[in-house]
Amino acid sequence: MLIKTIFSGFGGQGVLSMGYIFAYAAMVDGKNTTYLPSYGAEVRGGTANCTVAISDEEIASPVASSPEFVVVMNNPSLFRFQNVVHSGGIMFLNSSMIEARPIRGDIELFEIPANDIAKGLGNEKVVNMVMLGFFIKKTGLVSRDGVEKALGDAFSLKGKAIVTLNKKAFMEGHTFD
Amino acid sequence: MKKVFSRPRSLKKVPFHYCPGCGHSIVHRLLAEVIDEMGLREIVIGVPPAGCAVLAYFYLDIDMGESPHGRGTALATGLKRVLPDRLVFTYQGDGDIAAIGTAESIHTANRGENITALFINNACYGMTGGQMAPTTLLGQHTTTSPGGRERLRDGYPIRLSEMLALTDGSAYIERTAVNSPGNIRKTKKAIAKAFKVQLDKLGFSLVEILSPCPINWRMSSYEACQWIEKEIVKYYPLGVIKDVTKRVKEC
Amino acid sequence: MRGNHIVAEAAIRAGCRFYFGYPITPQNEIPEYMAEALSKLKDGVFVQAESELAAINMVIGGSMAGARVMTSSSSPGISLKQEGISYLSALELPAVIVNMCRGGPGLGNIAPAQSDYFQATRGGGHGDYRTIVLAPSSCQELAKLTMEAFDLADIYRTPVIIFADGMLGQMMEPVEFPENTNPKSSPPKDWTLTGAKGRPGRAIRSLILDPVLEEEHNWKLMRKYERIQKKEVRYETFLLEDAKMVVVAFGTAARIARGAVKRVREQGLKVGLFRPVTLWPFPGTVLGELGKKVKLFFVFEMNMGQMVEDVRIALGGDGDIHFYGRPGGIVPTPLEVSRIISSQYLQKRL
Ligand SMILES: Cc1ncc(C[n+]2csc(CCOP(=O)(O)OP(=O)(O)O)c2C)c(N)n1
Ligand code: SF4
Ligand SMILES: [Mg+2]
Repeated sequence: MLIKTIFSGFGGQGVLSMGYIFAYAAMVDGKNTTYLPSYGAEVRGGTANCTVAISDEEIASPVASSPEFVVVMNNPSLFRFQNVVHSGGIMFLNSSMIEARPIRGDIELFEIPANDIAKGLGNEKVVNMVMLGFFIKKTGLVSRDGVEKALGDAFSLKGKAIVTLNKKAFMEGHTFD
Repeated sequence: MKKVFSRPRSLKKVPFHYCPGCGHSIVHRLLAEVIDEMGLREIVIGVPPAGCAVLAYFYLDIDMGESPHGRGTALATGLKRVLPDRLVFTYQGDGDIAAIGTAESIHTANRGENITALFINNACYGMTGGQMAPTTLLGQHTTTSPGGRERLRDGYPIRLSEMLALTDGSAYIERTAVNSPGNIRKTKKAIAKAFKVQLDKLGFSLVEILSPCPINWRMSSYEACQWIEKEIVKYYPLGVIKDVTKRVKEC
Repeated sequence: MRGNHIVAEAAIRAGCRFYFGYPITPQNEIPEYMAEALSKLKDGVFVQAESELAAINMVIGGSMAGARVMTSSSSPGISLKQEGISYLSALELPAVIVNMCRGGPGLGNIAPAQSDYFQATRGGGHGDYRTIVLAPSSCQELAKLTMEAFDLADIYRTPVIIFADGMLGQMMEPVEFPENTNPKSSPPKDWTLTGAKGRPGRAIRSLILDPVLEEEHNWKLMRKYERIQKKEVRYETFLLEDAKMVVVAFGTAARIARGAVKRVREQGLKVGLFRPVTLWPFPGTVLGELGKKVKLFFVFEMNMGQMVEDVRIALGGDGDIHFYGRPGGIVPTPLEVSRIISSQYLQKRL
């Protein structure tokens, strides 16, 4: 099965690394995966997004015109992507930063106050991993082992403390209900 | 109530897309003010670069003609030769005017082409994501000068304005900055002066404007302004470099 | 790994230690990776040139000196390199040139496109020359073809173009680098400029004033191009055995087309895919033979129809050719392409 997800937010929210860790975990799990970040002038002015496709078969196009899932970290992302989610798809919304809610009735909504949880951990920067933990718990798309390995590899240069903090943030999101 | 501040006529009612703290927005506004105050809107033609300011025509309500990367002064030469009574200016980044367009800038100045170049020096390639520019300072970190710009590998920061001042065709060249209210006022004056020189048909004029790029310098807006004051100005001193109307420092 | 990083890493693994370039989106990660990686190698040299024109001339110099050299850019920058590519061809110098094609003409945009097909395959500069053009369609193939490009360049002493696009450059996919290609397997470089120590001076030049000799030089190049056409044609086929309709596409478009073909197969339509991997030499002969069996061809490109001309020449009047193109940086979905394919197929009542 082919599943596409768009992760979106503003620059400092770590949306690109959220997608990257997810794609990396899928690779560790032995799935086919592509990761396509927004780039260039598109990134000026602060919004960033990336698309991750994962599948048991080879992936024809890494572009998602109607993704199954979208993860929105701020208001502009909600407005930009609420209309592209596949009917019956799911939106994951960061309720710490977004007051509005999607107007569509045909998509499911999961909310998590990701920034507040990250603040509780003493570092708002890990808001992305909180959200990722939540996303993976709800979708079950990749294994927790895969994510642990991905986090270890991706942040290895930044030191043990950073890896531990990110893993902790991931678990906070994963156990949120 | 007396109106003391308003949007210049030559500036469109659209928000800038530039990053917070970017010098391009300030220079756009100054440019629009000068054009309005000198009554030039209907005779001015601008040439935007390939660079962060590539969309200048979204903001400036004047005639503008896009140029390939670095060829602005050549393109402006064509415009001016056909329409000698118009005021023609280019708006170029440091990569645009001092790397890929070096040959064009030198020869346009040397021909004494009666145009004005506004040269926005932000010590990096803003648009493409912060690579090393010819103006990047020694030791400055960029995405293509890992570990900082190194003399042996990357050469020295170029002082294009001083080089152009050496050509007999250049008439007025000044270096300013937009990192403080005082410097912003001086920048506006310099742009007006350069346009005046062009209207008086004295030859090539250029204003080099040291401009913050907080995003690629990885600094806050405040730090970026400070960094211009403390570091960039040391290598790129502010002031008039050449002025034939005053016969200061004839080269 | 990101496509652009893969190209850079593959080049280094193929023994390239000299990179000359100028920033342009969407390929900046190539010079950025090279700057970092080559600075860590003792024999690595990275120069950010003042323009693409300068960069390609640095490549000419590096190649004359016998090194494996590379430059990369995207459409507007590749236009500036055309002069140098003509010289590289005339001087018979190996070099690898990467084009992460973007929407054009002019400044265009930075989205993925295939609109430089003519420029790449016809020789965008002056004079009678051809360049080998390799068109990868996945990150894995970026690695493989980049490494092969250096070998082909050395074997035939000719510039090789990697023709990809912004999407391949930006996307990440898992990749395994092929075994290190062995530079020793390419012919010895006994023509380089090293200083005339113990031998007469050597000139590498393209100025041949005598028309008779210049004609001879052109014939020599032509014979080389014919050898390349005989030996280096590469393509891939997918579900062609029973196909009544053949989709022809390359690069990113082929990847999308493959998805589309799978979809229409599910509807029971007998459609297959033919993907040229070398755009020059174009796999025209194979395609021509296919044209004797299959009557309907569907060419899909991310431009207004450039490769379709090569398909037409290859089929020489056999079969119907339908073209579908999305220029300007649009990346259509497999679904969109599959709809057009099936409507064509059904209309023809195959
Ligand atoms: C021939 C060509 N090469 C490269 C580019 C890509 N490019 C666009 S803007 C730019 C440099 C921008 O730097 P600068 O001129 O300093 O302007 P800034 O964005 O910093 O204001 C480059 C390399 C291009 N558009 N055309
Ligand atoms: S990248 Fe730099 S020059 Fe470009 S808009 Fe942002 S701050 Fe301004
Ligand atoms: Mg600049």
